[in-house]
Amino acid sequence: MVSATKPEMPVSPRTSARMATSSVGTTVLGWLAFVSLVATAVLGLVVSPRDVVTGDAVRFLYLHVPVIWVAYGAFISCAIASALFLWKGKSRADRGRHLDRVAGASAEVGVVFTALALITGAMWGRITWGVYWQWDARLTMTAMMFVSFLGYLALRRLPTEPSVRSKRAAIAALVSSVNLPLVHFSVDWWRTLHQEASLSVDEAEITGNMYSVLLFSSVAFVLTGIWLVAHRYRVIRLEEIRDDEGLELAIAARRAEAGVD
Amino acid sequence: MAAAIDFRDVVVLLGRFPALAGATANVCEGEVVLLRGPNGVGKTTFLRTCAGLNAITSGSAEVLGHDLTADRNNVRRHVGLLGHRTHLYDELTVGDNVRFWASTLGIAESDAMAAADRVGLTGRLLDVEVQRLSAGQRRRTALAVVVARRPRLWLLDEPHAGLDHEGRDNLDELLRQAADAGATIVFASHELDRAESVADRVLEFSGGRIERDDP
Amino acid sequence: MIRDALLIARKDLLIEWRSRVTINQVAPLGLLILIVFAFAFDANRNLLTKGAPGLVWVGVLFAGVLTVQRSFTIESADGITDALRLSSISPVAMFLGKAAAVGLQLFVLEIVLVGGAVVFFDSRIGDPVLLIAAAVTGTGGFSAIGCIYGAMSLGVRVRETLLPLLLIPVVAPILLAGTRAFERALDISTQAGWNWVGLLGVMWGVYLAVGTLAFGPLLEDG
Repeated sequence: MVSATKPEMPVSPRTSARMATSSVGTTVLGWLAFVSLVATAVLGLVVSPRDVVTGDAVRFLYLHVPVIWVAYGAFISCAIASALFLWKGKSRADRGRHLDRVAGASAEVGVVFTALALITGAMWGRITWGVYWQWDARLTMTAMMFVSFLGYLALRRLPTEPSVRSKRAAIAALVSSVNLPLVHFSVDWWRTLHQEASLSVDEAEITGNMYSVLLFSSVAFVLTGIWLVAHRYRVIRLEEIRDDEGLELAIAARRAEAGVD
Repeated sequence: MAAAIDFRDVVVLLGRFPALAGATANVCEGEVVLLRGPNGVGKTTFLRTCAGLNAITSGSAEVLGHDLTADRNNVRRHVGLLGHRTHLYDELTVGDNVRFWASTLGIAESDAMAAADRVGLTGRLLDVEVQRLSAGQRRRTALAVVVARRPRLWLLDEPHAGLDHEGRDNLDELLRQAADAGATIVFASHELDRAESVADRVLEFSGGRIERDDP
Repeated sequence: MIRDALLIARKDLLIEWRSRVTINQVAPLGLLILIVFAFAFDANRNLLTKGAPGLVWVGVLFAGVLTVQRSFTIESADGITDALRLSSISPVAMFLGKAAAVGLQLFVLEIVLVGGAVVFFDSRIGDPVLLIAAAVTGTGGFSAIGCIYGAMSLGVRVRETLLPLLLIPVVAPILLAGTRAFERALDISTQAGWNWVGLLGVMWGVYLAVGTLAFGPLLEDG
């Protein structure tokens, strides 16, 4: 999964370094993430005991909880990067491209992890509550967050000028972030059917061994999330480099038009 | 004389297309300048960039003393742009449109109506919805808005297109008056005979740059 | 600035008066949504009466998306966005003006929809003051946030599909709070209704603040 393959085409040493999406740092990170994920699987499926109440279903916990934490973390990172982009982007040397890439890469990873969390959550819910879905504040907010950031990604894919697109996307990310507490609050007020935030409630049931497995798997998924964001970031940067090189060619071609007639 | 437009190596991107690919141009205040060249060489983009509507990717650009690479906002109220598109609300009447756009600039209604009168929009024509106008009448309405602005810099993109003979004469007369009053006029046109008689200077466009600068 | 905002709002309402798109197309569509729900629920009057507040707000939601869409279609035709940039109207005034015009049209639409609920669903207006207060605050918030996303989708070719995707998740709390308040006003629940009006008011304030900050950067391209 972590391939350090160098591009086949002949490129100068300077460009080859920035052409690859892996570096020593992320290669190590990637292996760490991979190994810890495998270890999580072993710990969660084999080593960890069955729960007295929920039986084998408790093993979902080691997947579901860390995944939603990564998703929240990714969206927070997207919101912070977007805010910094709007606030500081103009005065920075790179016109905030770096922040924009961080926001985009985080949102992509966030959407994938939210989808995973919603799916595992529904499966877990079906087993423990007997229904796939509960209309409580946290679930509803997560679903709205998922849809909002799908819209955000759609906005990022629009064929408009990069600077316009980045700015609109950053504003959309911030408006969604400001709005999520409102969603949470209003749904919370409307009805709170089930338990409070997972760790605090489940603490009673989760005993020493399970707790450390959960903690370990959280580390594994956070590493995976960071690794994914780093790679997406680099792919986005490579796309921009390609576009910029295309631009130099386009300007040359545009000037050459003058010579034609 | 002070420079109304001072462009150096200006690159303007429309999406990923470099519509201006290193344009250098200098227009003094009070000059009447014709932009010449076939379609798609960057004349329209040049005019829109002067109005502060396009972001400048590289190069330096100053219009009426405003540095467009730093702030494109302040120059806008001093220019009058007549583009291919007429900037009119279809559902509103000619009079409504002229009054609305005038009031967005704080121009008195009487001045706005005088401008409409000046381009030949009078009487019942003022109460016609813009969507029922002919192309020529539409252009006249757009022109009335530009006249009402009393811009220091006129940016006209093929102003003669769509006008009848009388309308063109009227326009040329209008441009001469504005130039006499000290305004700078930059316009693109394919009506070369007519245009060259009005213009002091010709900028020849090619491939997103200014090729020749003929006096 | 107030003068400029009024100028923009007056212009939008004049265009609506001349073209009558909202009143002739969007309002009937809102009623149609209510009628279609009656089909879907097999005209179960009891169920419909109970669900009326929510159904009215769903109608407002979809009609509202169309109204916002229409409001920004006007501005993107014939290079008008350019002309607005060339004018000396501040983006804040533009935002307030457009939001006011959208809000006023939506308010009229809500009256039509509540009327529809009374006729089709046998709703009884128990607390008209609460009803109006919830309608005003809910509409205000909706039009404010709607105009932010309307500006965001200016010049975008896929606006028809993008705008609902962006806007509907964000207005979900308005739908929720509006429905709760209407439930009280239409004598369906006995829970407090004014709390929800308060929440709607808070959202209105938040969205107005966000729009005031965001509208300028959104109008400017680059």
